[in-house]
Amino acid sequence: MPGMQADPPRPPRLIAIAAVFTAIGLMSFGSGMSAWIRREVVIRRRWMDERSFLAGLTLCQIAPGPSGVNLATLVGTMLRGTPGMLAALLGMVVPPAALLVALGAGLAALHDRPWLDSTLAGLGAAAIGMTLSNAIGMSRSGVRSLGDFAVLVGIVLAIGVFRLPLIAVLVLAVPVSLALAAWRR
Amino acid sequence: MSPLFRLAVLFSGLSLLAFGGGSAVLPDMQRAAMAQHWVTGREFVDLFGLSRVAPGPGSLIVTLIGQKAAGVPGAAVATLAMFTPSCLLVYLAARFWSRTREAPWRSVVDRGLAPIGVGLTYAAALVLIRGTEHTVPAYAITAVATLLLAATPLHPLLVLGAGAVVGWAVGL
Repeated sequence: MPGMQADPPRPPRLIAIAAVFTAIGLMSFGSGMSAWIRREVVIRRRWMDERSFLAGLTLCQIAPGPSGVNLATLVGTMLRGTPGMLAALLGMVVPPAALLVALGAGLAALHDRPWLDSTLAGLGAAAIGMTLSNAIGMSRSGVRSLGDFAVLVGIVLAIGVFRLPLIAVLVLAVPVSLALAAWRR
Repeated sequence: MSPLFRLAVLFSGLSLLAFGGGSAVLPDMQRAAMAQHWVTGREFVDLFGLSRVAPGPGSLIVTLIGQKAAGVPGAAVATLAMFTPSCLLVYLAARFWSRTREAPWRSVVDRGLAPIGVGLTYAAALVLIRGTEHTVPAYAITAVATLLLAATPLHPLLVLGAGAVVGWAVGL
């Protein structure tokens, strides 16, 4: 791949990409897919530096589609181009999809068990913690000035509290944040 | 029109409308799948529950709807249709992103986009909390999980599992 930075000495092998994303697909319950990807790709393997990952994550959140799958597409492409994208996607989507098709009917019968609902609620609550701790971890490198912090608070309020439409918020937030970054430089 | 074709049309459309993630189009998905008589309202809720029990991307509910509509080929078509259009878009963006890695404007754009991504991640967590009628024990699980994951090297699966056990134990 042209223009490869010095950070990852050489791009990971396709089989390694497929294996990591298979593990991510099979480990992610509830929400928190992006947290798993950051943990495995950026923190544990250093295949990507935090800054490229953060910009890529933002792109994936802006684009339509399931954001975890978007992120797998982006990371795979940035690591190894088209084959890398296919390795990441196949690894992340196919095993869980096959599992669902195979187990489908059997698991559907589990619905309406209060103990299962309680267990899932606990799992979901912990998965939210995973998303939150991921956000905290990313704040260290992603939020480095008062302007960054203002953008962050604005977005959390607009979307998390006031539930404004994502597109409307982004139309305002993206230019403001880019202008702040350009002005600081 | 064959069900496979209708699955492909429906889910590839929803793929490009899913701003903010797959859950953004769940209501449309339910309406359309019921209108096609692939599922009843009750079955949709069951499939949604099932897709939450199983690991993997949350949007794999489309795989189950496809399976209900047209068996294993339906599952494959629905999955491909839901992921291909949005992935293609991201793929093109990522190619451009890789090519411009060294461009002078990139460091500015990277820095400008970062706080937005972090903010959207916090916001996603808030939306999930507000969307699930968080009770006091659920808040406690979320808080403890956040702390453990942020401050200790515990494996996330351990923390998720502990959350599930506590949820079960207190009858969340």
